Amino acid sequence: MRNISFNKFYRKFNILSLLLIVISLVFLIFKGLNYGVDFKGGTLIELRTSDKTNNISLIRDSFNQMNLGDVSVKKFGNETDFIVKFEMQNSNDPEFIKNIQNKLSSSIGDVDFRRVENVGPKVSSELLKSGIIAISLSLAAMLLYIWIRFEWQFSLGAILAIFHDVIITLGIFSIFSLEINLSIVAAVLTIVGYSMNDTVVIFDRVRENLRKYSDIKIFDLTNISINETLSRTIITSVTTLLALLSIYLFGGEILKGFSLAMILGVIFGTYSSIYIANPILVALNVSQRTIVKEEKD
Amino acid sequence: MLYFSKLRIISVIVFTVIFSYFAFSNFVKFDDRFFSKNINLGLDLQGGSYLLLEIDNRPVITQKLQAKIIELKRYFKEKEITLKNFSLKDDTILFETIDKEFENVKNILNDRESDVNTYYPTYKSHEFDVIEDGNLFSLNYSRYGLVLLKNSSLDQAIEIVRRRVDEVGTNEPNILKRGNDRILVELPGLDDPNRIKSLLGKTANLTFQFISQNNEESFGTEKLSFEDGSRDAIVSKRIILSGDNLVDAKPTMNSQTNETVVSFSLDRVGAKKFGKATSTGVGKQLAIVLDGKIISAPSVREPIIGGSGQISGDFTFQSATDLALLLRSGALPAPLNIIEERTVGPDLGQDSIDAGILSLFIGFLLVILFMIYKYRAFGLIANLALISNLFLLIGILTLFEATLTLPGIAGIILTVGMAVDANVLIFERIKEETKNEKNPIIAFDAGYTKSRTTILDANITTLIAAFILFFMGSGPVKGFSVTLGVGILTTLFSVYFIARLLTSLYVVKNKDKEKLL
Repeated sequence: MRNISFNKFYRKFNILSLLLIVISLVFLIFKGLNYGVDFKGGTLIELRTSDKTNNISLIRDSFNQMNLGDVSVKKFGNETDFIVKFEMQNSNDPEFIKNIQNKLSSSIGDVDFRRVENVGPKVSSELLKSGIIAISLSLAAMLLYIWIRFEWQFSLGAILAIFHDVIITLGIFSIFSLEINLSIVAAVLTIVGYSMNDTVVIFDRVRENLRKYSDIKIFDLTNISINETLSRTIITSVTTLLALLSIYLFGGEILKGFSLAMILGVIFGTYSSIYIANPILVALNVSQRTIVKEEKD
Repeated sequence: MLYFSKLRIISVIVFTVIFSYFAFSNFVKFDDRFFSKNINLGLDLQGGSYLLLEIDNRPVITQKLQAKIIELKRYFKEKEITLKNFSLKDDTILFETIDKEFENVKNILNDRESDVNTYYPTYKSHEFDVIEDGNLFSLNYSRYGLVLLKNSSLDQAIEIVRRRVDEVGTNEPNILKRGNDRILVELPGLDDPNRIKSLLGKTANLTFQFISQNNEESFGTEKLSFEDGSRDAIVSKRIILSGDNLVDAKPTMNSQTNETVVSFSLDRVGAKKFGKATSTGVGKQLAIVLDGKIISAPSVREPIIGGSGQISGDFTFQSATDLALLLRSGALPAPLNIIEERTVGPDLGQDSIDAGILSLFIGFLLVILFMIYKYRAFGLIANLALISNLFLLIGILTLFEATLTLPGIAGIILTVGMAVDANVLIFERIKEETKNEKNPIIAFDAGYTKSRTTILDANITTLIAAFILFFMGSGPVKGFSVTLGVGILTTLFSVYFIARLLTSLYVVKNKDKEKLL
């Protein structure tokens, strides 16, 4: 077992985390998130051109001639693949997409629409609502579970650690204008699960050690527990990150955002289990009495 | 903890083999129905279209209210009760009565046995809410009245949608109700949804109406434009015949004009009506109106009494086929709007499958190598557990014919990454225990026992996230929650049965070695 003094840096990393959270919140509030068509409504077209000379500006020009409002065009993986997004969405006209394809083919040559997503304003607001409900519900469920399993000081530590991870992950998405879509919600939920998982492992050990040693202060006790579980923390993070990295690099363009969110979440989840969850136990002055009292009840 | 009975060993092996077998059945063709199960591929992997349609019920409500006014007038006239000043405003029927009839009318409308305002005992509500103000009555649909109306219009619409989709003949379409005004249509393997979209986007209300002799719009006539937008015509509001009377329609070639037309045949009632109208209307122009647009307006040269006819109107063979299909399948009760569409082309689907399998393979390989590097012999045991875990997971998904989506594949890869967690927790605990305990069997036993609650806690939290995702998520994301959730269960099985069995065999055999882990 290694013996690293994690606890020496509690304060420094707490300040860093606080700073990251504040920056994330500032971006989330003032810049907001870059919602994809799932949550904003509109049309997304993934297209492949047959002509290699087609570039972003050429495609953008052809779309601009169709009066579809603000059009964004991005390269998507291959040389000939592009993602086109615009807010216009027409549910009353079933020929909407077909007309776009015809016009586009006549201006830039044969195009293949590989993927079309067209979401109306009503559906997108419903999806956003259910996404927010899903994340809140899972936070509530985690809180409830940990409350049943542990004492309230532990629950508070775990929940704050999760908030920390989710806020910073979303903050990074806001800073770099990465797209938020349905799969990001799935990623956030998985991050919540993973972060909780990591925290619970350390907390279980803290509780065990609280019973074992009555004379060690919580400040040092958390450090012992972190060190005892450290190899597991590292190994599991590494294997999970290996799997996620493999999705990020080889899983195709569609899964890029999802795997990136997960990678960030795993990194921050691992960090927060050590540097958010534990300092909170210290701050709340958890001692043997905390758990003994609870167990007598 | 390290002791396994023979029976247990056999059942673990049998269980694993059966599910691995199902996992493999995806790649092999079997004749037997039971064994030839396959994982369903989601629309994002096999390509296809997902359409969410919403009924616009406003015209239905207006129509029903107009019919209600006629019903009320007739009903109270029979009872010799005077009602006057009927009007329809903001989906509310308004009318007045005279002082001495007021109580009477009120009682009739609020009576639980009422013939004109049906009472639904299950909902404890009338069809209409009645509000009186002096002698003025206003009726509008009650909450449940509206629900029932929407449900019945949804039932009709879904039937028509099903007929139209079936007529086009796609591969196993999936048509489902969503709430009380939406229809979900999933069309797997469909490359080009444009035809189905335009077929579903048409109400297909067909009527035959005479073109008015007058050039001015007046009471009883309406101004309609031609389909091609070239001109307008004043048409009598009286409907001679509607699409309801059609029994068949098909595209044919008119041999005289060499033009593609839609021939139709009428039922007996329709044939009678049509014969009568065309007899009296020789020389007049008969407008054929589809969804408020005139397709064509041929002149009636002679009475048409055979109960069949033709619709001409500059059709191509394709458009004539589509019109015939729409007429055969019947009119929708109300217009449908496509409020969500997701279409994935088959080649993108295949690309996603390839990328998914490649990343699964690489992720799996990396994890396996890392575990061997970290734990040597025990890494091998963990890896065997991991491999059987993967077989079990795919086997269970196959057995239940679950739908695998691209995020679902990501869920499998993630399971691979996280599945070793439980074994790592156990192995690390065993390492700690061996420091104080010289007997390896006792140390291993303790390692398993002491890590158990932590492993359960850790997995339950992820399971909670998967559950919530399953109930809240839609489409591809749901697929992710399924693989993640099932993955946790198979992980626990592979850790506590397969890995533990292998560990115990190894430890018992090598118990005299200096350092096991």
